[in-house]
Amino acid sequence: MSEIASRVKAIIADKLNVDENEVTETAEFTKDLGADSLDTVELIMEFEKEFGITIPDDKAEGITTVKDAIEYIEAAKN
Amino acid sequence: MELKRVVVTGLGAITPIGNDVDTTWDNALNGVSGAAPITHFDASKFKTQFACEVKGFNAADHFDRKKLRQLDLYAQYALVAAEQAVKDADLENDGINKNRVGVIIAAGIGGLHTFEEEAGYYATHEDMGPKYNPFFIPKMIADIASGHVSMQYGYHGPNYGVVSACASSTNALIDAFNLIRLGKADAIVTGGAEAAVYPAGVGGFNSMHALSTRNDSPETASRPFSKSRDGFVIGEGSAVLVLEELEHAKARGAKIYAEVVGGGMSADAYHLTATHPEGLGAKLVMQNALEDAGMKPEDIDYINVHGTSTPVGDLSEVKAIKEVFGDHAYKVNISSTKSMTGHLLGATGALEALFCVKAVQNDIVPPTINHDPEDQDEEIDYNLNFTFDKAQKRTVNTALSNTFGFGGHNATVIVKKYVD
Repeated sequence: MSEIASRVKAIIADKLNVDENEVTETAEFTKDLGADSLDTVELIMEFEKEFGITIPDDKAEGITTVKDAIEYIEAAKN
Repeated sequence: MELKRVVVTGLGAITPIGNDVDTTWDNALNGVSGAAPITHFDASKFKTQFACEVKGFNAADHFDRKKLRQLDLYAQYALVAAEQAVKDADLENDGINKNRVGVIIAAGIGGLHTFEEEAGYYATHEDMGPKYNPFFIPKMIADIASGHVSMQYGYHGPNYGVVSACASSTNALIDAFNLIRLGKADAIVTGGAEAAVYPAGVGGFNSMHALSTRNDSPETASRPFSKSRDGFVIGEGSAVLVLEELEHAKARGAKIYAEVVGGGMSADAYHLTATHPEGLGAKLVMQNALEDAGMKPEDIDYINVHGTSTPVGDLSEVKAIKEVFGDHAYKVNISSTKSMTGHLLGATGALEALFCVKAVQNDIVPPTINHDPEDQDEEIDYNLNFTFDKAQKRTVNTALSNTFGFGGHNATVIVKKYVD
């Protein structure tokens, strides 16, 4: 697991109060991890803060799974 | 239409002098002050460096991490006090029609700390553009405590917040009382919560010269009716009462603490923050409450005054009491429990109504502490019984609680021993 992936998973586990084992790459924030629309917005903001990037709203809408988040952030950092 | 009778069937409190009702009440009877140096933030640059904070409260004991992100401290206090009151009233049991249970929990300010944190963050990160947390608004708004409590227990009855500054939770109680006596709900979980001991709260009240600055002696700073009083001591916490329609309470065998018999409301229509010097609004509100209860001044045994320990406010309230009560003003017990709890702002009315309920239940009046007999204000008539220093045992059939808020809002409730 990349360093980015492990940091992303730690943020998700912390914010959604779930066990890190549940944060699999295919897990969807809302369906599998119990997030509501407000939680999802907050997650995106945490990613922005943690990685020093900006995620525009139209891109943020496409980030619904753990994998989506990791891939977006890895691309943005490279 | 005949109005229904309304009784108190549950109590909950988390206050500067106790994290439950029994501890709070025992400490009030024993004259314990809740004031101490501020711990919520570094207050060393503030004119006032002490407050009446809740002590030993660990949010993680009550809420998981995810829930906590949705809750300003004021809403946490409301949920904790509501849990005690709901449990005390056994209002979770399956026999209750939850569509007929409401929640009206007031805050004078609401999520002040959430506001200052978020607005402060934006102010210092301007280059990044607006980055507000999605929980900012729902954490901050002053009605959200009522929403949280309804979600916690599935209560689908009337639900909203009330704002009238330091009269807020008395207005909440009066609304709950009125809705139940009109038949709009079987029971309402009502009260107030506040958590404004943060830079914006202390700094804001400081700039109005509203707070005591007696930093060398926090526990004696709240000294209502003493000449040397120099402002109120800011407090925090929550008090919640379950009000219930009498027949509903009897049918389910609920324990009945007392009956709510009257509510009064008025406005000073005078000044943003100062009370009317002749106590005009204060006089009206007590008269309105007595009329609503169908009572005469002679029927009241105890007045829990607003008595915040400010130079102007204490005087005008005493004038109003003398005018409304006449000779009986000298027979009634008067006390300001704010001498111990500090001023809980939007939660103060509910806490003081709770003290009135306990006073009629136990036939004892909690004291006004911190008065030195030498420290006499020539404008105050000390022949009145301010219940200085020590709690006083006496028959308390009926107690009246006054609250006055910035904006000139006045609200008064009357509670009485329950007799079938």
